Amino acid sequence: MGSLISGIIGRTLAYSVPLLLATLGEIYVERAGVLNLGIEGMMSLGALVAFAVAFSFSNPWFGVVAGGMAAGGAALLHALCSITLRANQVVSGLSLGMLGMGISGVLGRNFEGKVLGATLPVYRMPFLSSLPGFEKHNVFVYLSLGLAVFLWFVLFRTRWGIVIRSVGENPAACDAMGINVSTVRYTCVVFGGVLAGLAGAYLSLGYRPSWSYGMTGGIGWLSIALTIFAFWNPLWGLVGAYLFGLLYQLSFRFQAHVSPELLNTLPYVFPLIALSFVSRLAARKRIGPPASLGVPYKRE
Amino acid sequence: MREPIVRIARRLEPSPEMVFLVSVGSVIFAFLVSGFLFSFLGIFPTEAYRVFLNGAFGSFYALSETIKRMIPLALIGAGLSVSFQASVWNIGAEGQMLIGAIVGAWVALFSHLPSPLLLPAMFILGFLGGAFWGVFAAWCRNKLAINEIITTLMLNYVAANLVLYLILGPWKGKTVRGFAYTDPFPKEAWLATLGATRIPLATLLLAIIAVFVCYLILTKTTLGFELRVVGRGEKAARLAGINIGRVVSFVMFLSGGLAGIAGVGEVSGIHHMLRHPAHISLGYGFTGVIVAWIARANPLGVLASSFLFGALMSGGDALKVSFGIPFQVIYILNGLVLLFLIASDQLLYYRIIFRHGHQDTREEDYGGVVD
Repeated sequence: MGSLISGIIGRTLAYSVPLLLATLGEIYVERAGVLNLGIEGMMSLGALVAFAVAFSFSNPWFGVVAGGMAAGGAALLHALCSITLRANQVVSGLSLGMLGMGISGVLGRNFEGKVLGATLPVYRMPFLSSLPGFEKHNVFVYLSLGLAVFLWFVLFRTRWGIVIRSVGENPAACDAMGINVSTVRYTCVVFGGVLAGLAGAYLSLGYRPSWSYGMTGGIGWLSIALTIFAFWNPLWGLVGAYLFGLLYQLSFRFQAHVSPELLNTLPYVFPLIALSFVSRLAARKRIGPPASLGVPYKRE
Repeated sequence: MREPIVRIARRLEPSPEMVFLVSVGSVIFAFLVSGFLFSFLGIFPTEAYRVFLNGAFGSFYALSETIKRMIPLALIGAGLSVSFQASVWNIGAEGQMLIGAIVGAWVALFSHLPSPLLLPAMFILGFLGGAFWGVFAAWCRNKLAINEIITTLMLNYVAANLVLYLILGPWKGKTVRGFAYTDPFPKEAWLATLGATRIPLATLLLAIIAVFVCYLILTKTTLGFELRVVGRGEKAARLAGINIGRVVSFVMFLSGGLAGIAGVGEVSGIHHMLRHPAHISLGYGFTGVIVAWIARANPLGVLASSFLFGALMSGGDALKVSFGIPFQVIYILNGLVLLFLIASDQLLYYRIIFRHGHQDTREEDYGGVVD
């Protein structure tokens, strides 16, 4: 029983990492007032570039850096379209997603089925490793956990956080106070892209050290739902990512009784069920998305 | 002061000539940029362009393949135009199309209807299936306050997994051995093709009808007017006494249903069976978003834009076959076209005015201020 529980917890922690990283990124992007639907594509691009670089240089950390930079660069395109050129953010995000999937699919073909020698290291953490399920994990498991807490702190306890949230709520007021709305938004969008890229790097260098097209498996889209579920709060994002990961792992236990294809629909049904509870709660408590989410800022 | 030869004036509505120029320009730019990609892959860009154009327009067969792919895009694009006019972001045409395909396949394989009723039933029930998938997202938005972007996105994956479940499980064909698809449909459930081509005639007509019906709904009906008001802002719509929930349900019903018809058309006109979702759809649902967008959500424009993207798909197919590039090359072309298009969005609101000799051109100026 104990090993079963620690097994479930361990797999949940490992599975939730890319979901958590991408969600944390999207929370920052949306808090600054920009919607980026291209996460899946950026994650796929990040996974491929990370794998290609780690494979070529036999060093996983080069891969991590390159994957983050590639996805951050892709996000820069979205930032350019949606912030500077004030284009529709839904369409811009979708085209970024398409581009990311396309480029990773075309350039990645030569890396399909290659075996990666240089994978991300697995650590035993002092103290933590005595908890069930925490015995030893990929370094990203700990990093993403710490990052969630850190990003919560920045968003709600520092001046930077106030600036980011204000830009998403009322950019005109921020502009009047001398805050450069574009700079804040650019920074957040690129930051969100980097995190999506790191999520991809974790997938191709740690979780399943290989590259195959479609290995992101919809995690990027899930993270968009999770961002709403988390009320745009990194700590709730942490809770949500682990909750979704846990439900996903538990659903595998029924594989003997229910077909895997039907179980595969669960990760996409959970968010809808979760959101149906949460959104009414949010309406009662008057918590909503950032007021200027999806609205390009234009100085009048 | 003398008038300059070319002036640029700002206007409030997109100008038709700019829409055309910008659309063509975006495609050209996308091609120039993809040239880098081709050289990176070791293919001489002009050679790639030649193969692409040949594959899209170069022969009777190529043109027919382009039109074959244009049909589902036009059906989906027309519906999405109506939905985008109401600012309802239906990103779920992919899933709605697959549900239509599932329902159509059920009718074809298991309903045992008399043969003259088979095809009509497939289309009607397929429409309703896709519409149901869409209306569910509308219900989530109206009753549960869940954004339709999220719902429709998630439902895409649910639908794709449903198809996989059916073709690997209960509907797996008895005659197909190890493959994952259903038995072929009875011949009565096949759509007739146009001459020697692979273009299903019925869906071609349905697509053209859908385009005009959507256009009429938008321009000539009260509902169309209401939904455009909703699209301009919910606050004003509410003040005008418009039932927003009803409008959202209607556009999701229509756009979902048309996607459902596209799904029926693919399985009964092309594949004659239910098979892997990636084979049924080729990304028509997402490409339909671009098709509607490039047409500025005008259903009549969808006729042109769906042809363009049909050409991109069949040209991309030729690239895939000739150079052995993965099929995702189409996503790159689509993504680039869309990116250039939206990046140049602001340009649409300008108008180029040429000076005609000594004519006074002032009346052509819309009096807007260039900002």
